[in-house]
Amino acid sequence: MTRLSNAFSKPHPALVCFVTAGDGDTAANLDALVEGGADVIELGMPFTDPMADGPAIQAANIRSLNAGTTTADVLRIARKFRERHPEVPLVLMGYANPMIRRGPDWFANAAKEAGVDGVICVDIPPEEDDALGPQLRDAGISPIRLATPTTDAKRLPQVLEGSSGFLYYVAVAGITGMQQAAIESIEANVSRIKRSTDIPVAVGFGVRTPEQAAEIAEVADGVVVGSALVELVGKHGADAPAKLSELTAGLAKAVHSAAKGAA
Amino acid sequence: MASTANTFRNQPDERGHFGDYGGRYVAETLMPLVLDLEREYRKAQADPEFRREFDDLLEHYVGRPSPLYHAERLTEALGGAQVWFKRDELNHTGAHKINNCIGQILLAIRMGKTRIIAETGAGQHGVATATVCARFGLPCVIYMGAEDVRRQSPNVFRMKLLGAEIVPVTSGRGTLKDAMNEGLRDWVANVEDTFYIIGTAAGPHPYPEMVRDFQSIIGKEARAQMLDRIGRLPDLAVACIGGGSNALGLFHPFLDDREVKLLGVEAAGHGLDGDEHAASLLGGFPGVLHGNKTYLLQDEDGQITEGHSISAGLDYPGIGPEHAWLKDTGRVEYTAVTDEEALEAFQLLCRTEGIIPALEPSHAIAAVAKRAKEMPKDSVILANLCGRGDKDIFTVAEKLGVEM
Repeated sequence: MTRLSNAFSKPHPALVCFVTAGDGDTAANLDALVEGGADVIELGMPFTDPMADGPAIQAANIRSLNAGTTTADVLRIARKFRERHPEVPLVLMGYANPMIRRGPDWFANAAKEAGVDGVICVDIPPEEDDALGPQLRDAGISPIRLATPTTDAKRLPQVLEGSSGFLYYVAVAGITGMQQAAIESIEANVSRIKRSTDIPVAVGFGVRTPEQAAEIAEVADGVVVGSALVELVGKHGADAPAKLSELTAGLAKAVHSAAKGAA
Repeated sequence: MASTANTFRNQPDERGHFGDYGGRYVAETLMPLVLDLEREYRKAQADPEFRREFDDLLEHYVGRPSPLYHAERLTEALGGAQVWFKRDELNHTGAHKINNCIGQILLAIRMGKTRIIAETGAGQHGVATATVCARFGLPCVIYMGAEDVRRQSPNVFRMKLLGAEIVPVTSGRGTLKDAMNEGLRDWVANVEDTFYIIGTAAGPHPYPEMVRDFQSIIGKEARAQMLDRIGRLPDLAVACIGGGSNALGLFHPFLDDREVKLLGVEAAGHGLDGDEHAASLLGGFPGVLHGNKTYLLQDEDGQITEGHSISAGLDYPGIGPEHAWLKDTGRVEYTAVTDEEALEAFQLLCRTEGIIPALEPSHAIAAVAKRAKEMPKDSVILANLCGRGDKDIFTVAEKLGVEM
């Protein structure tokens, strides 16, 4: 069992929480997410050109880069998190260029050494898997792929091939943090995906409140929340951990009380 | 030069790769769309009616073929090789950009798309896109960096006259790359009805190939015109490079004419020794941005850095992936020209030939001036005059210290 598979084997759906590395006191922010009840942590790697992100996460990227965050800093944040929380799965999420800048082998090994369990690279689709996928798998890190409303039945096997940990279902065709998709569409798509794979399916994009999270948790293995948390970091700065912990606790309660396996 | 290559004209491969470059580095949401675009483009390529319509619009709407012009007074002033210009600045809308926009909007219509989006830097691609949208009656949204909206107000007004909606982009630093990010964000949220007309030979496959194909009319015409006028091919062909669409358009039909040397000219801004330039090939490193792998201006962590050039059209931190491949194979030589050299070349062409060039091809002219002097008088240089300079007179006046 890996840390990721453990997180998705709990008697309840998993809450996956995202914050951007180097935005505010990231160690304290991450601890607050764990304390609030997050089952999986996604740590965003800042990038100058976050094409798939909406205003909230774009702003977090800029705050982080303006504060001088480097790739070494991101890996250090991950390593220290791993020391403090030996059992909580940690996933790096970001864009290809910062990941492959020093070579995919370098990145996969550095991430492994920092205790990272999975990597979500937004702009490496299965067609370009060679750019990073083999190196991650060799290092024992799960390449976590995204499926979207535009991923049709014909493409789905290709998306699933070579991915592990969990599948991130992007609920809306759009950028992060904007509108939420209709629950009927999420339910139909998640059950379609689950007929093709045993990998757990977590749903994200546009999930902001415990009510939305509860609804999705009824039909999926996990719920991802990002922009709503990142906005708290932007708004409260040094005081963000208490706010993060509070929102996470509300989300965790909602997600954890959903019936497991309803999908 | 890669000795194994029998031809330089068979790129990309079926995955859209030019050697190590190119590809389809896009979010999953867009992946089915770029695959669909490729399928539709292949069908259009095989359809004689598509070609006929494209050629007809180029002739009667754009004004092609553009002339091939022997610049005798410039040649005399330089005292070396004979300089010939491909006059793509005489196209409707004043630049080469329209060639590609005609091709892409015909494809959009074939695909049943009802809404067009585009990014623009200096505004030339925005104007060309707004033009074809007006011509075909499609709504058009142009993303333009807020900083560029300020710098290029005449083009902003032109686009508005043509009925386009201009969205000033304030994310990032408000320049061309941020406008392209915003274009991609729009596309990902409007996957059903929207066609993204990318302005240069970059982006996810099939854009680099498709834009090159539409722009290759430049080189095809020029090659035939050279043979017709002087009975031989040029010794050297020169074009400026931002994303690289006019250069590929000129070069591609000459790639297998090994006797023709090819020279791409990047923007050296204030000089390649500092950070203030836009020379991705000469001053950058391979990486992934905007859907393709190519040379990028970036720091050691892979963060994209801002280009600088006097010419807003060259001010982009990436370059089309085919240029990255052509650089590595050695088939095309790349050089760079500073703001100051481009400004001198701009004035030289105004005074010797009565042609006001855009600041983009002024970079090519500066490189021509250097090379012509080193070449014998019976040798021939062909350069692409890819845009006219009306849009740049304010920038030039400011640099020359003239109040307007």
